[in-house]
Amino acid sequence: MDSTEIGLWGVPLAMLGGAIRVSTPFIFVSLGEAITERSGRINLGLEGTLVFGAMTAYAVAVMTGSPWLGLLAAAAAGLCFGLFHGWICKFRGVNDIAIGIALMLFGSGLAFFFGKPFIQPSAPDLPAIPFGGWSDVPQVQAALNVNVLFLIGAALAVFLWWAFRNTRAGLILRVVGDSSDAARAMGLNPNTVRLIATGIGGALAGIGGAYLSLYYPGSWTEGISSGQGLMAVALVIFARWNPLGCFAAALLFGGAGALGPALQSVGVTQGYYLFYAAPYILTLVIMIATSSPSRSLAGAPGELSITK
Amino acid sequence: MLGARGYPTALEWIARRAEAFVIPLAALIVGMALFSLFIALVGKSPAQLYETMWRGGFGSWFSIQNSLSRAAPLLLAALCVALPARLGLVVIGGEGAIVLGGVAAAATGVATSGTPAFFVVLAMGVAGMAAGGIWIGAVGALRHYRAVNETISSLLMAYIAIALMNHLVEGPLRDPASLNKPSTEPLAQAYRIGNIAGMDVHWGLVVGVIACILSWLLIEKTRWGFAARIAGGNVRAAQVQGLAVGPLIVGFTALAGGFAGLAGMLEVAAVQGSANASLAAGYGYTGILVAFLARHNPLAIIPVAFLLGGIDASGGLIQRRMDLPDATVLVLQGMLFVVILFSETFYGRFKAFNPDLWQRPDLLKGIA
Repeated sequence: MDSTEIGLWGVPLAMLGGAIRVSTPFIFVSLGEAITERSGRINLGLEGTLVFGAMTAYAVAVMTGSPWLGLLAAAAAGLCFGLFHGWICKFRGVNDIAIGIALMLFGSGLAFFFGKPFIQPSAPDLPAIPFGGWSDVPQVQAALNVNVLFLIGAALAVFLWWAFRNTRAGLILRVVGDSSDAARAMGLNPNTVRLIATGIGGALAGIGGAYLSLYYPGSWTEGISSGQGLMAVALVIFARWNPLGCFAAALLFGGAGALGPALQSVGVTQGYYLFYAAPYILTLVIMIATSSPSRSLAGAPGELSITK
Repeated sequence: MLGARGYPTALEWIARRAEAFVIPLAALIVGMALFSLFIALVGKSPAQLYETMWRGGFGSWFSIQNSLSRAAPLLLAALCVALPARLGLVVIGGEGAIVLGGVAAAATGVATSGTPAFFVVLAMGVAGMAAGGIWIGAVGALRHYRAVNETISSLLMAYIAIALMNHLVEGPLRDPASLNKPSTEPLAQAYRIGNIAGMDVHWGLVVGVIACILSWLLIEKTRWGFAARIAGGNVRAAQVQGLAVGPLIVGFTALAGGFAGLAGMLEVAAVQGSANASLAAGYGYTGILVAFLARHNPLAIIPVAFLLGGIDASGGLIQRRMDLPDATVLVLQGMLFVVILFSETFYGRFKAFNPDLWQRPDLLKGIA
């Protein structure tokens, strides 16, 4: 059976399904980056963390037979990368953006180095819940086969949105992000807060990577992430550092990413590579539309280097 | 002659240069030492690794020529990072300009074939530079006129450029005769760029070295370079001085992208003979490392590009001789990059390099 049976309706359906499938890594990386950026620091290295997390998760899942252990290992690896970024950035004269680029290259390099033996074997997948069971149309069933990580990501977005406003930790994070001086006056150490925030951000990016290799596309290859980590960083700016906005934007990006394959499945193959570029173009257009030379962005943490 | 601070200016000059030389060198050595540790941890011999690396990169005339060939695109790719850096911009999407420069050059080469070789090569060079220049110039324009972060936009545009190349090479520009590896129509042999007399290295190396020297002259000896350094230090101050910061930023980023586009043109005209997916070989990313290691000084880029070209060139031999993955070189580059950036924190901290501290050791207490 192919999707031509339901005609062009297959395109929006495939895009919905694609949005749910493709968005999960965006959700985790962007929520992690939202925490990091709210603390006043930017971590561009999450792209490398994502790739390394994907490799770690896959390798551990192959060796132990448990995808959940793989997920845990990826989160731990991401935590290490994040803590390293957070530690090194506290030194005078060290640029957080440049360190991010370096860690992006380093993380991918390490992942390719250790990942070579794991390109062949297959790992157990993370489980999914078939919400489409009520329908007999296979496309609907496929579109609504939702992975548990997507649901966890959605819950996490709501939790973070609440926690940023209503908890003591959220308040500390926001104060440090808005003004190092104000934080010091309150007796807080900005470096420590940023270290923790970058660590958590890295761990979440590692989980995003685990989803890539353990569910969709569901295998480890060197090309597994094509800039998702980086797009997630741009997405946080678009979402105005709001976790709920991150979740919505991630769905939008997932849908854009599914455009090419969806059109191909109904027989539109012209310009396949251009549709493949849709998420990058979307990201760029959004960045252009939301940036302004005359004012800083609404909701931007005051200490963030890229919006100052 | 005594300077404003009461010690010889020549001595101060030497101290500054020594600092700019010793700290990166020390960082390089520390990075290599850390990498030895890594290699030992995965159960291989670091000594054998460095010996193989030396043999593959610099040990013989053959390997030196190989390293020089790889240095050629790195010189231009590094300029794509170093020139905007003078304005305080972190542009990391040179790969996109390389790829599009290569495609534009290949299309131009095919379109102008039949005319004299000199004209074809010139047209290809201009097309390559224009494509790369527009691409990175747009990054600069977005930065200045729309405040779009240049680091993220340039990298996004690199992904878009690669998709655009794939589209063109698989579709409108595809040579039907290229089966497994979609390519544009091959350039006639007469239009290819040959090797430097007596060497197995193409003329692109000379082009790259000249580009570095011209860039150094531009930055150090012209008023545009001076204005760029002021704008890089403080945009507001530059605007108060009446400098046209916008055109300056667009001009510098466009020139930077033009150099990267030229690297793509050289890959097409001297190495590949047509545009295809091999254009995205990662030179743009290694170029970032070269530029940072050279501290964005165009003259320092020349030796650093040779060094990293050698490390790149030795990758194959390391893979075969030591049974290590081809990503070994990537790990080394990543480690070096992190250590180099970390070393930024040591500038101005050592008494030996700072004339102020020669006379005022008490100043050290505040910063060390």
